[in-house]
Amino acid sequence: MSAHEDNHAHDDHGHHHKETFITKYIFSQDHKMIAKQYLITGTLMGIIGVIMSMMFRIQIAWPEEPNVLFEALLGKWAPDGVMDADIYLALVTIHGTIMVFFVLTAGLSGTFSNLLIPLQIGARDMASGFLNMISYWLFFLSSIIMVSSLFVEAGPAAAGWTIYPPLSALPMAQGGSGMGMTLWLVSMAIFIASSLLGSLNYIVTVINLRTKGMSMTRLPLTIWAFFVTAIIGVVSFPVLLSAALLLIMDRSFGTSFFLSDIFIQGEVLHYQGGSPVLFEHLFWFLGHPEVYIVILPAMGIVSEIMASNSRKPIFGYRAMIASILAIAFLSTIVWGHHMFVSGMNPFLGSVFTFTTLLIAIPSAVKAFNWITTLWKGNLQMNPAMLFSIGFVSTFITGGLTGIILGDSALDINVHDTYFVIAHFHLVMGISALYGMFAGIYHWYPKMFGRMLNKNLGYIHFWITAVCAYGVFFPMHFIGMAGLPRRYYTNTNFPLFDDLANVNVVITIFALIGGIVQIVYLYNFFGSIFFGKKATQNPWRSNTLEWTTPVEHIHGNWPGDIPHVYRWSYDYSKPGHDEDFIPQNIPLKAGEEELQH
Amino acid sequence: MSTSVVSTGTEGKTWGGGNEPLQASYGKMMMWFFIVSDALTFSGFLAAYGFSRFKFIETWPIADEVFTHVPFLHGQEHPMIYVAFMTFVLIMSSVTMVLAVDAGHHLNKAKVTLYMFLTIIGGLIFVGSQAWEWATFIKGDYGAVQTKGGNIIQFVNAEGHRVALRDFVVAAPTEREQLERKDGFWFQKEGSLPTYTLNDVISGFDAHPDMLIRTQTLNEHGHKTVLSRGESLQMLKNNGKHVVEGANLHENEYGSPLFADFFFFITGFHGFHVLTGVIINIIIFFNVILGTYEKRGSYEMVEKVGLYWHFVDLVWVFVFTFFYLV
Repeated sequence: MSAHEDNHAHDDHGHHHKETFITKYIFSQDHKMIAKQYLITGTLMGIIGVIMSMMFRIQIAWPEEPNVLFEALLGKWAPDGVMDADIYLALVTIHGTIMVFFVLTAGLSGTFSNLLIPLQIGARDMASGFLNMISYWLFFLSSIIMVSSLFVEAGPAAAGWTIYPPLSALPMAQGGSGMGMTLWLVSMAIFIASSLLGSLNYIVTVINLRTKGMSMTRLPLTIWAFFVTAIIGVVSFPVLLSAALLLIMDRSFGTSFFLSDIFIQGEVLHYQGGSPVLFEHLFWFLGHPEVYIVILPAMGIVSEIMASNSRKPIFGYRAMIASILAIAFLSTIVWGHHMFVSGMNPFLGSVFTFTTLLIAIPSAVKAFNWITTLWKGNLQMNPAMLFSIGFVSTFITGGLTGIILGDSALDINVHDTYFVIAHFHLVMGISALYGMFAGIYHWYPKMFGRMLNKNLGYIHFWITAVCAYGVFFPMHFIGMAGLPRRYYTNTNFPLFDDLANVNVVITIFALIGGIVQIVYLYNFFGSIFFGKKATQNPWRSNTLEWTTPVEHIHGNWPGDIPHVYRWSYDYSKPGHDEDFIPQNIPLKAGEEELQH
Repeated sequence: MSTSVVSTGTEGKTWGGGNEPLQASYGKMMMWFFIVSDALTFSGFLAAYGFSRFKFIETWPIADEVFTHVPFLHGQEHPMIYVAFMTFVLIMSSVTMVLAVDAGHHLNKAKVTLYMFLTIIGGLIFVGSQAWEWATFIKGDYGAVQTKGGNIIQFVNAEGHRVALRDFVVAAPTEREQLERKDGFWFQKEGSLPTYTLNDVISGFDAHPDMLIRTQTLNEHGHKTVLSRGESLQMLKNNGKHVVEGANLHENEYGSPLFADFFFFITGFHGFHVLTGVIINIIIFFNVILGTYEKRGSYEMVEKVGLYWHFVDLVWVFVFTFFYLV
């Protein structure tokens, strides 16, 4: 079959059936609509997660002081406006869960993989639109279950987002260990199924549905990042499923996989022989790759935006691909660095230290490549570009402390302190969030056919950037001073009295940073209706998504799928009138394809 | 465009667009990646099993002593015979699945139907056998006593052969009667009472001076340690807690409760996969009969479920190895 006929074969299922409101906006199988569904759901979950973080920051800064906000939002969990210790733990737990899984995994990967994979590789849609739809609705269902766990009588899960047993395994251990924990596990099991279906689709679409001429070495780095992210997801999430199923057995059926001899209130429980360290191994075999599932798509997005806005080819295209692959491989053999103080064999700890420090190499390659892409570029400043540069900044800042935490000898001193919080929030939380914002500012015209307001974007970026560092820089110091994470209040320890003011400063930055997101939300939702109409290729980029019409059509391209003749980074190529050459423009007579 | 050289630069190379670089349709590839994912779930379980087993390497039950039963042969010990049969049936069903896929390539509907049918039968025999194996394991064999420390002690005669509780213990008449829901308004369900109380066992043990106790600790020859008569009496009277018959998720008469926990969970999870496979095979079987794939001109669906079926078989090979053989 020639590629030509193939295109028409794809057309057939695209154009001829009528769409109702339900098939277009709700049970849509169109990847662009599913991407928007992921983005909106992720945004709503993000709002919940951010409000939670603001609440527990207030508690940390002004411990046990009555607050009207608490009384309004927490109800019986804040008698007379004083936050209850149990709900503090629950807020920390659900904040982590929502931000890691629902915002930065599904919200980020789900949105941009769905939007960009078919558009940038030149495909009519995902390989299986139906599975794609199921994937979104499973994600939606798991979000609903996770949110509904907030309203359980005894409170939502409160064992930390890592749900270590026995707090998570014994229903009587604490308030949130009962129904709240059960709902957490059910929600995550459904989430894993959703992630699996999504990932299968991304992988096979990238392998099988690329248009003519789109070889793997002509793919934009976004696609490489999404592709490898999906593979990591397929490899690591199932192990979390193993852990979750064994945990469910322990909780509900009396097995002893993760539980050993335990007394509760003078009563001996029947459990014997299990090991909580086993759970930690299984959990972190997912948990560590998970941070790369979060950060790799952001890296891909940033690479694309930086090249486009520097009007320069990305520096070291193949090195970028190689480092993505190296990170993916290494991510699966470093999980033990989360467990240096768990009682794991210290020799094993030194092995994990070695593999962990190896990750610094591909990460540094990427950081240098971004900086050298900017070097002497014709920089176009816009909110997307600012967030991309912000990404590189926070990634480096957070990455440097990673070297300290990856070394078992140093980690033991700061383990489970605010130092760790500062590290991972900068390197994966804020960085991935910046990547997501950058992607939204950059591809908003593609999603909604309108432009976001630039000035609001600048306000959003600068205040967010200042606040992010305002929150997380001081945390390094209070962490070094020994302040432990997850404590409801530190007033019982005279040792930490000096740090109380630092915590107030952090909280003020956190509150400003949280509130300024309203500017972004206003910009986002307002521009859907009132934004400036977008042109077809507003950023003058090379990738194929800008060759589609502004108005979305099912099947993406009105005629044939464009063929690809060059890589996606032909910016400022000598001998051309324009400083960009889209991938579907054939080589001129005598023009050499850039050896990249 | 007329001045342009219209060449994508990839002619004659692996990727020319609109084809399948790995020579597999997207559906088949999805099945492969699903298998990768599922394989890692099983790896998680088996790694957890290995982790726990090595923790109790000194006291882990000996599989040859646990799985000795064969249907219709009561009271005889044939270690591993029945599970070998089950494994054989499952592997043969993989063979018939290969034949079905092959017949599908030749668009031979009659043969696909036949071999799919045989595959389904093989799968059903396996699931049925597993149910029987579970029932036997739950019911137990010789019975044992759990000590206060949670260990299991078993009973042997002078030759070192195991003796069942029913062969030396006489249940004393007891006042205790097990009530049922119909007996009262306030009813709390309890587990069924063991056939014998600890005191029954102690008096039975006293009455048979040649009997000894075997602990769950393995000696240097890989056998369970047998105590002397004096030690046995002391152990039973001082440490005995209650009688254990059979296996469940809390305790098991063969030794560590984790053995039973993992056995039930992993073979159960695998059995669930086999059952799912059988159901999917049945659906495909009827589609074959209805001529769905003949009309489509391709039996690729048979190939896809075949991949899943082979995967389930392969997993069993690992489960079989780790639970029964080593």
